[in-house]
Amino acid sequence: MSQKGPRGPWPQATEAALDEVIVAHAGGEGAGALLPILHALQARFGHVPDGSVPRIAQALNISRAEVHGVITFYHDFRAQPPGRQVLRLCRSEACLAMGAEGIAQDVRDRLGLAWGETSADGAVTLEPVYCLGLCACAPAAMLDTRPLGRVGSDALLAALAQGATGDDGEATP
Amino acid sequence: MRVHVPRDAAARALGADDVARALAAEAERMGLRAEIVRTGSRGMIWLEPLVEIERDGTRIAYGPVRPEDARALLSGRMEALGRVEDIPFFARQTRLTFARVGLNDPLDLAAYGATGGLAGLAAALALKPEAIVEAVRDSGLRGRGGAGFPAGIKWETVRTAPGAGKVIVCNADEGDSGSFADRMLMEGDPFLLIEGMAIAGIATGAERGIVYIRSEYPDAIATMQAAIARAESGGLLGPRLLGSGRSFGLEVRVGAGSYVCGEETALLNSLEGKRGIVRAKPPLPALSGLFGRPTLVHNVLTLAAVPFILAEGAAAYARHGLGRSRGTIPVQLAGCVARGGLFETGMGLSLGTLVDDIAGGTATGRPVKAVQVGGPLGAYFGPEHFDTPFGYEEMDGAGGILGHAGITIFDDSADMGRLARFAMEFCALESCGKCTPCRIGAVRGVETIERILEGDATAVPLLEELCDTMRDGSLCALGGFAPYPVLSALRGWPGDFGLPPANRQAAE
Repeated sequence: MSQKGPRGPWPQATEAALDEVIVAHAGGEGAGALLPILHALQARFGHVPDGSVPRIAQALNISRAEVHGVITFYHDFRAQPPGRQVLRLCRSEACLAMGAEGIAQDVRDRLGLAWGETSADGAVTLEPVYCLGLCACAPAAMLDTRPLGRVGSDALLAALAQGATGDDGEATP
Repeated sequence: MRVHVPRDAAARALGADDVARALAAEAERMGLRAEIVRTGSRGMIWLEPLVEIERDGTRIAYGPVRPEDARALLSGRMEALGRVEDIPFFARQTRLTFARVGLNDPLDLAAYGATGGLAGLAAALALKPEAIVEAVRDSGLRGRGGAGFPAGIKWETVRTAPGAGKVIVCNADEGDSGSFADRMLMEGDPFLLIEGMAIAGIATGAERGIVYIRSEYPDAIATMQAAIARAESGGLLGPRLLGSGRSFGLEVRVGAGSYVCGEETALLNSLEGKRGIVRAKPPLPALSGLFGRPTLVHNVLTLAAVPFILAEGAAAYARHGLGRSRGTIPVQLAGCVARGGLFETGMGLSLGTLVDDIAGGTATGRPVKAVQVGGPLGAYFGPEHFDTPFGYEEMDGAGGILGHAGITIFDDSADMGRLARFAMEFCALESCGKCTPCRIGAVRGVETIERILEGDATAVPLLEELCDTMRDGSLCALGGFAPYPVLSALRGWPGDFGLPPANRQAAE
């Protein structure tokens, strides 16, 4: 029932492809379309390609510095495409209360990844997240857009393995 | 037979999708005519996935249900919890805002209307805008995002503000750890929020609204988008609200992982396509908000409380509560908690009642060491503060905040020194950078806490002075409130900082 992000392979970010996305989401008042444009670019290309910056600036009549400032301000926007799956582990208080710190350390060790890194085979990107609103079933995680509650490191690695086969575990009622 | 299986993200996180699939497959194998309805969550997260079987109008609950329980459940051999309404955790609540959450398919507009929905909007359409504002004022409703500002005053300011193109902005950037009521409401009863925003539009003269939802909530985003589409075709939104001459349109905008965008002026900047930098006030957003227009900014729960007030009257809402904290509040019980979930109640229950009686203490069965109230910027309270009533002024008087009414419970394994360090680290990470006390102070705060943790007790006065500067000099609550968790941890549990208990008096 929830949308899940495309998992690559990502299309080539040609000028025409970039403009198609930008034009589709531009409009409205001032630069109000900037975040929707950035989200749409990232959904399409897995990241916000550098080459999009001057084109967005022109479409919204703002400076390239302003576009760059916005892209780098928000944690969500990536400079490179992520792995085929993105695993986000919550590091906030409710999850800390249930041992999230130890689980995160274990997952990092077993995957051999630091926060923000992507595995060499491009299978998975590991990211921290600060609250998923799953605080009554902590510790919580999210695999792409699939919520996971009361997780341990074994369950997280199992979910990754299951996700790698293309079964996202989601019902579509 | 109808089988109700929640589609709330917390239920899904605990396997509700697998359970729904198993139930559908098993019903087919057994040749049962079972309609599976995906609902919101009833809020008892420790029982999720909680499945309700409806026969002849009576709903019996089972939970937690595993996929392998499907056959036993459908053939009546699984032990039941009884009716949800009879479960003590649920029976003790006063559900005004969350009355409908968990009952129906949240996207079923006909079911919404059949269960009391739209009555508030219908009532509002028959009133003059002044009378709507008066009802909101008389209800005593205050901003549920945490600031507790009287909603009626804000509505009156926007209503009488000069300027065209007024906007209603719903702040659904629920970033506080321990809070999930906004998410549950949007996923469980999205039409209620839409109705509340439409009423706000009629009252203030705004014809459009925006719901700003954090990107960490993909299910809430999808549900709100689908609900808006259905509301448009069903007359709850659009050029002729419920067939009247009034118009209101709504769109969803998605945040991008910035905590500070939950601050209303940073949120407005984000909507304007800017970095989420906090603005100085004045001007108030009510007079000059989004693109300089008069803007009514409210949290999800504030707007969702409005339909009840209009439908049932201000007095019916104000009759609940304590002192100047009127109405109900959806308390969120989280962290290391035995019975975690959402508990809507009139304001004024004591903290200890909520933590010990209702939440049942810790998940581990170990003693409660501390609770954090109101998110990452809220104070830590030990059990000696558990007689504090849950209300705005009362929590303030105890040296904390009510915030968004989340309570995160920690057992005795919690390390308060690490948690204090984390609070400052989080502030440093999420600071928008506009004001110096927060931008620099949080970084220096992390360093100073580390000095203390490494055994340098002379850094304690420095940390206290730094916290004073942040509290008094920051532009918004991020830098201004970060001292709450830090100093409450330091004063309540000096031993966790390697300090002697004597330092406790010195710190106070």
